[in-house]
Amino acid sequence: MLGRRGTLRFLVTPPVAWLALFFIVPLALIAAFSLRAGSGAVGPDEPWLASVDQYAELAGTPAFLRLLGLSVLVAIGVAVLATLLAYPIAYFLAFRAGRRASLYLTLLLVPFAVSYLLRVMAWKLMLGPEGGVNSLLSFLGLTDEPIQLLLYSRPAVIITLVYVWIPFAALPIYAAMQRIDRHQLEAAADLGAGPWSRFWRVTVPLSLPGALVTFFMVFIPTVGEYVTPALVGGTDGIMYGNIIQGFFTRSANWPLGSAMAMTMLVLTLAVVLVGLRAVNLRRVLS
Amino acid sequence: MTAIGVGRTRVPLRTFYVGMLVLLYLPIAVLFIFSFGTGTTLSFPLSGLTLDWYAEVLDNGAMIDAARNSLVVGVAAATTATAIGCLVAVAVLRFRFRGRGLLLALAGLPLVVPFVVMGVAFFLLFVTVDLPRSLVTVAIGHSVIGVPYATLIVLARLSGLDPALEDAAMDLGATYPSALRRVVVPLMAPTLLSAWLTCFIVSFDEIALAIFLVGGDPTFPVFLYGQLRFAQRLPVLIAMAVLLMLGTVALTLIALRIRGRDD
Repeated sequence: MLGRRGTLRFLVTPPVAWLALFFIVPLALIAAFSLRAGSGAVGPDEPWLASVDQYAELAGTPAFLRLLGLSVLVAIGVAVLATLLAYPIAYFLAFRAGRRASLYLTLLLVPFAVSYLLRVMAWKLMLGPEGGVNSLLSFLGLTDEPIQLLLYSRPAVIITLVYVWIPFAALPIYAAMQRIDRHQLEAAADLGAGPWSRFWRVTVPLSLPGALVTFFMVFIPTVGEYVTPALVGGTDGIMYGNIIQGFFTRSANWPLGSAMAMTMLVLTLAVVLVGLRAVNLRRVLS
Repeated sequence: MTAIGVGRTRVPLRTFYVGMLVLLYLPIAVLFIFSFGTGTTLSFPLSGLTLDWYAEVLDNGAMIDAARNSLVVGVAAATTATAIGCLVAVAVLRFRFRGRGLLLALAGLPLVVPFVVMGVAFFLLFVTVDLPRSLVTVAIGHSVIGVPYATLIVLARLSGLDPALEDAAMDLGATYPSALRRVVVPLMAPTLLSAWLTCFIVSFDEIALAIFLVGGDPTFPVFLYGQLRFAQRLPVLIAMAVLLMLGTVALTLIALRIRGRDD
């Protein structure tokens, strides 16, 4: 007979084993590869010479550091824009949509179920030199030759990513707003607070944890982006992630690529830890 | 529910919401139109309408294979991730033990690592253990990124399930594992399905990690990405993607509906 306590072992062992082998060990391998000398596709068979050369090279290459900084800025920009645009949507769903809220929420989430790659492609089809917008303009006789729209630039990357994230961004904010006790708003009204004052002094503070969750849920995937920049960014729009990916494919340099990935990992975890201090995430999620 | 008997701000929230919806659906509508047009670029007026691209989808063996690969990977990854998520959720909610918080953090951590970093990590792991990259390695990678989603979805529902039900089953002579299997699992079945569907959709659409992990057999997003260079193939690719989109949208609606009913 297997009692409660005896079962715990069987509950805990598989997840810990799986995640140790396929999550912790791989991340530790990045650290290991980043701390070895050499360049190129250095396999595990080659002698492992401990060195901090890779980090020295990373720190000594302004282009890499600039791109890392830019990627962080792009990720912050995308996360802030997505949060700001999703906030009124979440507010509408939580406070104005009434009984139809779940229908409106579903309508919002359907585009998120459409393949990410497909949605990025759609922007490319519309904005390109031979794209839909240009063709429509010349058909209507408004332009003589294709105008260079936003495609293949950093703004194109930002617009596309904001577009991709908006539906998802509304979710944590909406969840936080749903938990706001309506009596608090009534109490504020009874005490003479007008609509704007209630919004700024009750709704905003109480929904802030949700907005912060949104920020991080968009920031983390965006800071490591390389697919969208490759598709709509062109040479001017590439991000730090593109360099990392390049070092594991075309121009193989595994140790340097590992150092760059490690730097991104540490940076991301640091940002998340700061965020966790700002908002008690466990309380928000429960 | 918002029967506050006082004034509201006059911000046109509904208009904003509708405007955003239009913006969100517009590019998707454009793809739809494009897939029925005869041209290989999006030009107005459309030169003609055709179903040829959809017919060509059926003849494109490599593309069908890629879609099938994605299906296989998605099923394997979703099943593994949901199983792990369940185990973590039961352990964390039904037991007090040392390292409980750590286990929860471990299950949630894949959510805060950018995919490009995960890609590098898995790449180095499979190089080190000399496991050739294939659909198996993609499925392993996708199982890990599914764990946080599965854990959170199962946790949310299990926390609302009275532990007394398990106690009652055990009073009646069930072992704890069989109480879980015969009482908790049936009660949680819709939630497990919803978690599974969520993990499946995440895997089916994932590309940034998959690019690092595929061998000769691509998943559909990787295949699509590789073919985008060839402009004349674009309409067929979009037609196939539109077909798959109908599938993932349907699955998402089912998952949402199940979770909505749970609340």
